[in-house]
Amino acid sequence: MRSTAHAFTENAKRAVEDPQLKRAMGHVRKGFIEKRAKARARLPEFEALRDAGREIKDHTLAHLDFYLEHYEKTLTAAGGRLHWCATAEEARAAILEICRQAGARTVTKGKSMIGEEIAINDHLEANGITPVETDLGEYIIQLRREPPSHIIAPAVHLTKDLVEADFRAHHKQLPEGRSLSEPAELVAEARQVLRQRYLEAEVGITGANFLVAETGSSVIVTNEGNGDLTQCLPKVHIVVASIEKLVPTLEDLNVLLRVLARSATGQEMSTYTTLSTGPRRPGDPDGPEAYHVVLLDNGRSAMIGSEFHEALRCIRCGACMNHCPVYHAIGGHAYGWVYPGPIGSVLNPGLIGIEEAHHLPNASTFCGRCESVCPMRIPLPRMMRHWREKEFERHLTPASVRTGLTLWAALARRPRLYQALTRIGSALLGRLGKRGRFESLPLAGGWTRFRDMPAPEGPTFQSLWAEQRGTPGGTSGGKR
Amino acid sequence: MSGARAAILAGIRRGLKRGALSGDARAELESRLAGPPVGPVPDRSRANHALPIDLFESMAAEVAATLERLPDSEAVPGAVARYLKANNLPAALRLAPADDLQALPWDSEPLLSVEAGPADPGDQVSVTGAFAGIAETGTLMLLSGPAGPTTLNFLPDNHIVVLRASDVVGPYEAAWERLRARNGRGSLPRTVNFITGPSRTADIEQTIQLGAHGPRRLHILLIDDRDESAS
Ligand code: SF4
Repeated sequence: MRSTAHAFTENAKRAVEDPQLKRAMGHVRKGFIEKRAKARARLPEFEALRDAGREIKDHTLAHLDFYLEHYEKTLTAAGGRLHWCATAEEARAAILEICRQAGARTVTKGKSMIGEEIAINDHLEANGITPVETDLGEYIIQLRREPPSHIIAPAVHLTKDLVEADFRAHHKQLPEGRSLSEPAELVAEARQVLRQRYLEAEVGITGANFLVAETGSSVIVTNEGNGDLTQCLPKVHIVVASIEKLVPTLEDLNVLLRVLARSATGQEMSTYTTLSTGPRRPGDPDGPEAYHVVLLDNGRSAMIGSEFHEALRCIRCGACMNHCPVYHAIGGHAYGWVYPGPIGSVLNPGLIGIEEAHHLPNASTFCGRCESVCPMRIPLPRMMRHWREKEFERHLTPASVRTGLTLWAALARRPRLYQALTRIGSALLGRLGKRGRFESLPLAGGWTRFRDMPAPEGPTFQSLWAEQRGTPGGTSGGKR
Repeated sequence: MSGARAAILAGIRRGLKRGALSGDARAELESRLAGPPVGPVPDRSRANHALPIDLFESMAAEVAATLERLPDSEAVPGAVARYLKANNLPAALRLAPADDLQALPWDSEPLLSVEAGPADPGDQVSVTGAFAGIAETGTLMLLSGPAGPTTLNFLPDNHIVVLRASDVVGPYEAAWERLRARNGRGSLPRTVNFITGPSRTADIEQTIQLGAHGPRRLHILLIDDRDESAS
């Protein structure tokens, strides 16, 4: 996927002005949040499971080399083939080679964010192979030639009217006068159209939610069953997965499965959780004859031991974006690269470079909701702050902001001067504001262009604080 | 791509500020693999002997699976025929080629056409067994193998599963334990399917629709064999 993360400001502006997007995003705000809260309330062990999950992931990352080697052993023993790929380019080449050897013309695909990350569809197409997305949301956005806007609900930015228009435009073989206004009719039509494609495909590509070192298995978690048809019908099954998907054992998998669906969709368990281990066995009446795992690094090993290490615990549940006020307002596309929302703001700069993605860590109010719902307790706001520091160090921050920050820093280190100035400033502004508001204010155009700035009222926090503690002008540390 | 393998492992070790593990550190991880710690297990799944079935039934109902309790396996063909009729389905099914399923008295339903084998794209109804039922979330556990074609679980529109009450367990852990008792540790069939209700999607405006790609209906025939198997 080509990044537009550098144009985040314009992307976001366009997004907030899009009434259709606003309507669609309303469903996210309502649905996901309520459902997760309900599922959590129903399972008293939920918080303990989050802690256990975090520990499992930390343990795995601290011994990732060992577990990857063990996984290689068990996978190979089960007859699977592992392809180590350091870069997206290597992964694309490996997949194309397997498809060519299988004589593939059509490839069905289950939903895979790694597939998006390495832009496998474009690569297959450029080489004369037709990729067919089978997850309903992915299928819709493939028709529209759009990237996903959410990691588990790729078409969440669309309303059903838009989907209807797309189906009418693309499914010309079906009668024109058919009714397509209900979601059920749209689902039935996609089901019918895709059935044939499953049967034609020579290769099926799926992602993996987890890889299990103990057994050499890949695990997919879905609701539609498309991933399963994708992997049990064609003669070759390719799994694309990144190195941090590993878990040591089935016991560890249990823990993570118990938090995944509840955090993601609020389900107790997704409809289909499938473990695949190697190709068809002797005596098996169906299943693929070959099983390949394309294992991708693409910058992740470099995150190990860095200040972004903990982001590798992510199990891609989507809870952080479901609860993010910024994501609600702008949707996923504005972020400009594969992973949207808070986790995208942390991952993307690491994967495509801070130069390209330096706006993303700023797309946050630091309200902390993402961290509070993240099942893996990833300190997302702290990591965005680390990226902001890096942005500053590399002089990617705009000059006006730099000057402002430098000035503020100089003042903040002189508490008495700071307090004196804020007292004078707020008293002055309080008097100048018309009916308690400013319609415009020098240096604050970014704010007042869209809304009024409230004028300060009464004494500053610092002087109130000092009063209460009876230490006039006291220099309270102000530590956060 | 062995260059990539070495580079990735070296990159990880660089980040972890250590070399490849050996000696005690390695032995510790090996022993964790052989006997991993068990995480928090939901209390609800740890109830006494009679309860897993009730919990299983109510959890399965929550995810829109239907369930009928039968006194014994002899009653299966009749129950299948009734179900097909009630749902206006053709009297034809694809049966998993498992000995116990094939040994059922299908002759008692002469109008029912029964063929065993993997699913054909035209099949509307499949009947399979299940390795276990997991009460914690109303989940079925099915294994691939000569007696369990995976396509039967996904291709037909209607999936009927014959489950023995004695195979219903509380938490996932108990299901894995049973499988390990059969296969040994670290070895799984080609496919393990955990199935919780019929296929669904919420991809269009977050409204749940059943029957996205997999079965629209999931019907469970629960055989009450607890007395026979009571120990
Ligand atoms: S960062 Fe946490 S909340 Fe966000 S997708 Fe990853 S695991 Fe889920």
